[in-house]
Amino acid sequence: MKYMLLIYAAADQQPTCTVADWIAYEKEMRDAGVLVSGHSLADLVTATTVQVGQDGKRTVTDGPFAETREVLGGYDVIDVPDLDAALEWAAKCPGSRDGGAVVVRPIAEFDF
Amino acid sequence: MNVGQVFREERGRLLATLVKRFGDLDLAEEVTSDAIEAALKHWPVDGVPDRPGAWLLTTARRKAVDRLRRDQVHAARLALLQVEVDRADPPAGDGLPDERLELFFTCAHPALAEEDRGALTLRCLAGFTTPEVARAYLVPVTTMQQRIVRAKKKIKEARIPFRVPDPHELPERLPGVLQAVYSIFTEGYAAQRDDLADEAIRLARILQDLLPDREVTGLLALMLLIHARRDARAELLEDQDRALWDRDMIDEGSALAERALTGGYGPYGVQAAINALHDEAPDFDSTDWPQIVALYDVLGKLAPSPVVALNRAAAIAMRDGAETGLALLDALAGEPRLRDYHPYRAARADLLHRLGRDAEAAEAYREAIALAGTESEQDFLRRRLTAVEEQS
Repeated sequence: MKYMLLIYAAADQQPTCTVADWIAYEKEMRDAGVLVSGHSLADLVTATTVQVGQDGKRTVTDGPFAETREVLGGYDVIDVPDLDAALEWAAKCPGSRDGGAVVVRPIAEFDF
Repeated sequence: MNVGQVFREERGRLLATLVKRFGDLDLAEEVTSDAIEAALKHWPVDGVPDRPGAWLLTTARRKAVDRLRRDQVHAARLALLQVEVDRADPPAGDGLPDERLELFFTCAHPALAEEDRGALTLRCLAGFTTPEVARAYLVPVTTMQQRIVRAKKKIKEARIPFRVPDPHELPERLPGVLQAVYSIFTEGYAAQRDDLADEAIRLARILQDLLPDREVTGLLALMLLIHARRDARAELLEDQDRALWDRDMIDEGSALAERALTGGYGPYGVQAAINALHDEAPDFDSTDWPQIVALYDVLGKLAPSPVVALNRAAAIAMRDGAETGLALLDALAGEPRLRDYHPYRAARADLLHRLGRDAEAAEAYREAIALAGTESEQDFLRRRLTAVEEQS
């Protein structure tokens, strides 16, 4: 079962974790064979939003779609047996500390 | 025990076994109901089989195979073969394997909304129907239906597992299970529904058999020691006729409380000890208030909450006088969780009345009545208000 871990940082708090913590976390996931893919996102100021209206007109705006206090900073997709295992990895993620949060979302499965 | 009760007993056990085999709560619930329906039809005619548990399990499995044959898409995902292979091997002994502990942990999983955990526990482990669960939680049937469907969808689609947490996970996971069972008890207590309180006690007994843990014992003790006073509860503790208290239940609860506090302690055990002190006092005046205050101090450290602070203040009022207690209560006035909590207003009213400040006491009772959730609580407070008004 695949889950996406959405890693949010608190906008008003500086994380104490280091690059080494993130590298160790990624290595642990790789060694356990659960990591499907994952990326960090570039700074929020680089975000651009695209919307297409009913008339087909394209609107491009600076910044993310919705301003929130928490900023999506990256994600990992993992493949583990069940939610308990996914929550275990979320709790190990350095992004879950210092006011940050990791939202665990199962990847939808479709029967075609 | 009538036939209905026997099936209520068997239902949770059968359901747990089937969830374990199929990994699918919906299918397990459907075929559990099918099997019990079949038993109700056949047993009165053919007699109760030698091994009722095994009969139910075999029947449920056969029903599952039938259902999966009709629903191929479902079957593909559920490994039909596994179900069929299982048919060859009925369980040893008379009963079913007991896998209810797994089901307890699934129903009270922290990924489920807290308000849904007790409801799911009542439905899956106590064998309540959705309308019965709705009545227990005083919500419309359609609302409860939606909540249960939503919770079951999450269990299935987010794949909440059916497993007992490892020992190192228990401190994090067990309180959720205990809270779910206790919520059933407190709902029942507030609404004066003794059937719910009995059910919560029965669930705690099952848990205690399956998981020897001091806090499980503490929760069982706590509920017994509160429930022992059920026939007198229309009055305040100080006015209750203690001859109405259930002595056997108090004895059992006190012995369990002692066990729960041997070699360590947890919040349920400490609350049980507080209630044991109340229950063992021959009359209100001889209650051991210093000991109760000391236990609230411990509880406040283990599980700090405004409600514990409120109860501690009430106990201090008994030990040191109403004035001291009222000052502590007023210091809690800013707590958001107490603002709409009617026992807070009622406790203030009681102390104001004891200090002879009856106009303020009446006002505080009126606030409490406006906030009280159930009719029996409102009636109780109205009687207090009338008493104060008549005296002044």
